[in-house]
Amino acid sequence: MSIQPDKPSGEVAKVSDPLPDPGLPAHTWRPTDVDEGLAKRAERQVAGFFAASAVFTVLFFVSYFVFKVGDDWDVTGGLGASTVALGLTLGLALLCIGVGIIQWARKLMTDQEIMEMRHPARSSDEDREASLAALNVGLEESGIARRPLIRNSLFGAIGVIALAPIVLLRDLGPTPSQVENEEEGLGLEHTIWKAGKRVVRDVVGTPIRAADLQIGDLVNAVPDGMFQLEGTELQVQKAKAAVIVVRMEPEEIVPGPGREDWSVEGIVCYSKICTHVGCPISLYERTTHHVLCPCHQSTFDLADSAKVVFGPAARELPQLPLSVDDEGFLVAQSDFTEPVGPSYWGRGQ
Amino acid sequence: MAATPKKPAKVGAVANWADERLGLGGAMKKNLRKVFPDHWSFMLGEIALWSFVVLLLTGVFLTLWFDPSMAEIEYQGSFDPLRGVEMSRSMASTLNISFDVRGGLLMRQMHHWAASIFIASMMIHMMRVYFTGAFRKPRELNWVIGCLLLLLGTLEGFTGYSLPDDLLSGTGVRAADGFLKATPVVGSYMSFFLFGGEFPGDSIIPRLYTIHILLIPGLLLGLIAAHMLLLVYHKHTQWPGPGRTEENVVGFPMLPVYAAKAGGFFFIVFGATAVMGGLLTINPVWKFGPYDPTKVTAGSQPDWYMGWPDGLLRIIPGWESTIFGEPISWNIMIPILIVPPLMLVILMLLPFIEAWITGDKREHHLLERPRNAPTRTAVMVSLMTFYGLAWAAGGNDLIAIRLDLSINQITYFMRVAIFLGPALAFYITRRWCISLQRHDENKLLHGYETGVIMRSPEGGYSERHLPISENAAYTLTARDREQAWTPSQKVDENGVAAPGGRLDGIRSKLSTLMYADNVQKPTAAELEEAHHHAEHEHALTAALDGHSADGHQFDGHHAVEGENLRGDH
Repeated sequence: MSIQPDKPSGEVAKVSDPLPDPGLPAHTWRPTDVDEGLAKRAERQVAGFFAASAVFTVLFFVSYFVFKVGDDWDVTGGLGASTVALGLTLGLALLCIGVGIIQWARKLMTDQEIMEMRHPARSSDEDREASLAALNVGLEESGIARRPLIRNSLFGAIGVIALAPIVLLRDLGPTPSQVENEEEGLGLEHTIWKAGKRVVRDVVGTPIRAADLQIGDLVNAVPDGMFQLEGTELQVQKAKAAVIVVRMEPEEIVPGPGREDWSVEGIVCYSKICTHVGCPISLYERTTHHVLCPCHQSTFDLADSAKVVFGPAARELPQLPLSVDDEGFLVAQSDFTEPVGPSYWGRGQ
Repeated sequence: MAATPKKPAKVGAVANWADERLGLGGAMKKNLRKVFPDHWSFMLGEIALWSFVVLLLTGVFLTLWFDPSMAEIEYQGSFDPLRGVEMSRSMASTLNISFDVRGGLLMRQMHHWAASIFIASMMIHMMRVYFTGAFRKPRELNWVIGCLLLLLGTLEGFTGYSLPDDLLSGTGVRAADGFLKATPVVGSYMSFFLFGGEFPGDSIIPRLYTIHILLIPGLLLGLIAAHMLLLVYHKHTQWPGPGRTEENVVGFPMLPVYAAKAGGFFFIVFGATAVMGGLLTINPVWKFGPYDPTKVTAGSQPDWYMGWPDGLLRIIPGWESTIFGEPISWNIMIPILIVPPLMLVILMLLPFIEAWITGDKREHHLLERPRNAPTRTAVMVSLMTFYGLAWAAGGNDLIAIRLDLSINQITYFMRVAIFLGPALAFYITRRWCISLQRHDENKLLHGYETGVIMRSPEGGYSERHLPISENAAYTLTARDREQAWTPSQKVDENGVAAPGGRLDGIRSKLSTLMYADNVQKPTAAELEEAHHHAEHEHALTAALDGHSADGHQFDGHHAVEGENLRGDH
């Protein structure tokens, strides 16, 4: 095995045809080149910019100490003024340095363009030959071509060790099945909804009496007891157990097969988590019973098992089977019967 | 001069000390007076570079106070409306930076503005490089590096704006979780590993933080260094013109002019960012509030550079199919997992595809005007149209509200436009370029339009044309004469045609199509004939000489020294 040098490929494009290159135009002098007075003036301008910059920097320090950030966040002299003053003074201080330097370059530094020859990106033939010779000697001396056993076993070893970082990253998180826990409502397939768990209003946590809901009402709701959770557990349940409860005329509801008894007097309950990529759906149009996800505009018909009527979502919102308890409050008949939120491999049909 | 005789000796001593240890003399000899050609469009990449420096500086400031933790605390800072609200420490520390650290909000806003400028200037710089053909040999690899920089810059932006853990960014992270889960087979595992368990968990912000302040900036720094080194090694491209050839580079020396202009420009970019940070609110997280998985605001948009995949995500129909009883979410995979990576690959391959079609193996250091490469220009405009439509689709809700249109109809329109638009843009751009080429050819052969209308004795009207200057004519012709690639060009030393590859037919057809209808520069004979013709015509109107129409001598094609309006006589 030895590597051979290659021929250079291609000349440069010939552009000086049909007209010959007239050559670089003659340099023209600037006013500041020929008039010492103008040059002095430009010098003063540049120095003026630098001086102005220093003044702005001092004003920046003044603003830093004069304007208070703190309790007066929305009054003049508070945070707004501080940010505006600091931004303006810092910006102008920097701009003055920049403008000064560029003015200096344009007016006073030589504006005579100079020429430099290019060289092809490839190295010279001698260099190539020398490098290739060195490379070939090196390869030869290593015996990598003559001893394929060494080469192949090394590649094999490196291939195996490359898996180490992947294995090492295994503890980034548990697998979905390790998390799955029906009792505690954990994992992709479960939430803390359970048979008999009350449906309570979001934020305030009060139970919802079926009779209190008017036709056309939409209530954001969560399972009772969710707010006893804290930190991560709370966030996880918020991200999948949140529901919307809607009341409509009972005869408008087209119950899905097997869902005939999932509504209570025209009250239906669906997951609030969009089946597209998981945004909480929020915009309800009571005349059509359509609910729209504000992220990507998937639209679901709540009167018809929350089927997708528009947009990129592919499956309907999971429905929570409802009933009422002895006191007339809405409760769940069970957990959701299918996973909530975006589709994923492993959820099945 | 202020320099006393002592000073140079001191400078010399320092230089000697450094050179005896670092051997900088050799490198400096080559580079101190290195020539950089001048053109406003060469400044676009500089904006990107300097805004990256601003990002590093402001970013370091922010890390001093930012706490990338998802532990819940009750906010007790200065911002009244959120006092007492439960939020993560990252959100609370973001509010702290904004309201309790002097200059903190300024630095946050500068950081965010600089990020926008960084990505925007990279994109515009990339278009400049493409439209002028600066990506051609030997600069293809630098083009690829540039594409990677754009990708990394976008990811850096996404990881950055997700850190405050506010409602808007949390919604974005939630969508990202949905994207991961849409990956066949391993989707839910990827999601659980990234989030450290079930969404949202308490790991995602610290992990994004490490990626944002260490991993991606490190890669960006390395790639930017490589980008600059290659730029220096290849020497900058230049526009053709008198004295500017493929073999030379004409411009200002690194020291002092270029260093001063580029260095001064750093302060201008920095200063402009500071003024923007001080005056223009960006990402007011205190208005969005902390992330809550049950809440969302209408009109949620990602930062603008993430808008185009989001737009595709909005207009795709709800396609999902089943394999082995498991869902395949085409409605997410196509707009997020397939098309954006595909677009990036197409972008990276553009130089290689063009070189393959043209069969051009020469080095190119002279830039081409976009009109002189109609197909190339049309390809980029077509891609830009795709990008623009997808981006507009990402704001379909805002368009619907502002223009009082139906969101459904906008979406249906976009589903068609995303295919038709780029095709239409390709056709229009190509023909437009060719028209401009014809205009250039007319100028070369028949001169420029003077605006002087003449009436012949027969009563016919014609416009008088005058020849353009020698330099202008040279600049117009200083380009390549194109030749479609044909398989028979492959001939070995003995004059025997090499056996054609299977793709040769397609290649030569593409090459022919690529140059079809392009106007080639005139040959010497054509120019000669045109001049002859012009002289003949001029003879007919010779009587007009000396009676130039007033004002027309100031048409920008002549030196005007000594010209007087006739009224002065």
